[in-house]
Amino acid sequence: MTLLAQAAGDPRFFRWDWVWSHLDLIAQKVGEHLLLTGIALGVGLAISIALALIGLRFPKTYPPITWVTGLLYTIPSLALFAFLVPITGFTTLTSEIGLVSYTLLILVRNIVAGVQGIDPAVHESALGMGYGRRRLLFEIELPLALPVILAGLRIAAVTTIGLVTVTALIGKGGVGYFILTGLNRFFDTEIVLGSVLSVLIAVAVDLTLVVLERWLTPWTRQERGAT
Amino acid sequence: MDFFAELGRWFLENWSGDHGWLIRLWEHVEISGLAVIAAAAVAIPLGAWLGHTGRGGLAVISVVNIGRALPSFGILALALPLTIWLHQVGLLSSGLGFAPTFVALFALGLPPVFTNTYAGVRGIDPEVVEAARGMGFTGSRLLRDVEFPLALPVILTGVRVTAVQVVATATLGALVGYGGLGRFIIDGFATQNDVRIVAGALLVAILSIITEVSFSLVERCSLSPGITVARKADAAIAR
Repeated sequence: MTLLAQAAGDPRFFRWDWVWSHLDLIAQKVGEHLLLTGIALGVGLAISIALALIGLRFPKTYPPITWVTGLLYTIPSLALFAFLVPITGFTTLTSEIGLVSYTLLILVRNIVAGVQGIDPAVHESALGMGYGRRRLLFEIELPLALPVILAGLRIAAVTTIGLVTVTALIGKGGVGYFILTGLNRFFDTEIVLGSVLSVLIAVAVDLTLVVLERWLTPWTRQERGAT
Repeated sequence: MDFFAELGRWFLENWSGDHGWLIRLWEHVEISGLAVIAAAAVAIPLGAWLGHTGRGGLAVISVVNIGRALPSFGILALALPLTIWLHQVGLLSSGLGFAPTFVALFALGLPPVFTNTYAGVRGIDPEVVEAARGMGFTGSRLLRDVEFPLALPVILTGVRVTAVQVVATATLGALVGYGGLGRFIIDGFATQNDVRIVAGALLVAILSIITEVSFSLVERCSLSPGITVARKADAAIAR
């Protein structure tokens, strides 16, 4: 206990007084982090749904879609941001293009897998009941694929939250701001604060998505209860 | 068009010397290779043993979740105070550059190899293990001659994921005083030199793609033809 108190009181290790006197800045950066993540996931999801629908409707396009999104996923984040800087500069747009690129592979793959994993009998009966292609997609296929899609969204969210910290190098960067300034000033408190906040945001968002999943897909719980 | 001409000239003029891109490329490959080898040397035996005994399932899940949530940038930054402290107590000759980058890459490399090794060994058909036991295989021999070869493709998938991640994160090593290809990007940012930024990004991207492709090829070669189809399905799940 004394050791812990000593470590906590050690000005070199972690300065709580610095944290208390910068709460406004911390709140602002956490908000910025959530906003950057939210925009990336929203835009990423919209593009991914479009790409997945194209891939499902025209199966020949699916391999090239996974190939291109896979390529984007393989390129290191800093390199991807670096490619964009000469074009879009040190802006939030640069960050978002990069962040969105990283969500595509995971999301497209999960949407396609989710729709393809639906019991063919369900598909048959919907067609038999007179569902057209569009209604079938929006009222039957996408809702039934929701658990798999949300599983992908969780992975994409956690990955994006980690990557947002890197965008501190090209502009904003949410709590990554603390990591970068801490690194530049050899100030450990900021490095620890930025990293811990990033993990906490990831855990909080992940839990929120779990709750959202349970709320959006009540039938999966009923099934579990019945068996 | 002018930009691409300048880019081409950059590659021709900056390949040699201590700050040339050949040296930077080598620095990048060197630290990435060492970190992957070190991570594999720790994570494969540990994962295989836990998978063999069936213990530590909860620990594995925690490692997966925490490993994914930890920002690589944060780990790299956190490695710096650690190595500076190790330098101050006399355990390291320098707390900057290679040491913090290596520590961060090593730490980041552990989870994918560990979880895939665990999943690979756990995922082996219990009947195969039973049959091997029936033939008199026990303990370490069972692990070495039966479980490990069968899990190898899944383990190699983990090594590939780790290698690609390590090569990507080594780029950030420039922030803690290491060389590597990230130097061109970080220095290019600082001096607003677009040619240098894009040249660095191009080298990093090519190295990453080569890493991904070559590890995929090794993975494919590790499969015996008879089990290619079945194992591929497993690898896809464990990924």
